[in-house]
Amino acid sequence: MRVTVRLFARLREIAGTAEMNRVIGPGATIGAVWRELAGEFPALAGYERSISTALNADYARMDAEVHDGDEIAFLPPVSGG
Amino acid sequence: MKAPLLAIGPAALALEPLVSAVAEESDGRDGAVVTFFGLVRNHNQGRRVQYLEYEAYAPLALKTFARIADETHGRWPGARIALHHRTGRLEVGEASVAIVAASPHRGDAYAACRYVIERVKQIAPVWKREYFDGGDVWIEGATADPDDVRAREEAERVACA
Repeated sequence: MRVTVRLFARLREIAGTAEMNRVIGPGATIGAVWRELAGEFPALAGYERSISTALNADYARMDAEVHDGDEIAFLPPVSGG
Repeated sequence: MKAPLLAIGPAALALEPLVSAVAEESDGRDGAVVTFFGLVRNHNQGRRVQYLEYEAYAPLALKTFARIADETHGRWPGARIALHHRTGRLEVGEASVAIVAASPHRGDAYAACRYVIERVKQIAPVWKREYFDGGDVWIEGATADPDDVRAREEAERVACA
């Protein structure tokens, strides 16, 4: 399965890209995608407890299952307004 | 052209189109319209701010704005709101967020307006990077969780204080 991962603000800068494609196994969760990403970019790991996650532009939990073609977003603590 | 009630993007903000958009939906019941402009300030935590850069996850931001509008309507049934947030580079004195709340009574309009900005700060997927004399820093506030009941209660408490 192929998914799109989107990163914002500081997370985007750590990874050096706003968007990437990832191939994952069936039944994978958002959390599994995050852990793989944090393995690849160790500076992300410190954000595990403070990020929010979204699936297809809706807020979702880390244990949400992802499917082929999904867009997963990892969001650092927000600062709008 | 009528302004949308909810929007996010790089265009400069103005209150008047939002007031008109909210007023168009009124059938004469409104007794109050409260407006809010959030501005880029020239200082923050002892730093001299030069400018800000805002980034957003726009599709989720719009859904989040709709959620905030629903919450507001649920809490103050007579109130209606408009909410625009700007992205990109903003200079000191420019508006980053514009909110309009209309209601039959002024108390609800004030409370609804305040509630909306508190919720934007809690759950809107928007980030600001501050450029100041001597460097720059991403501002990281709340971990966004729309289902966090305590955060929502805190926004209501502040709105009604």
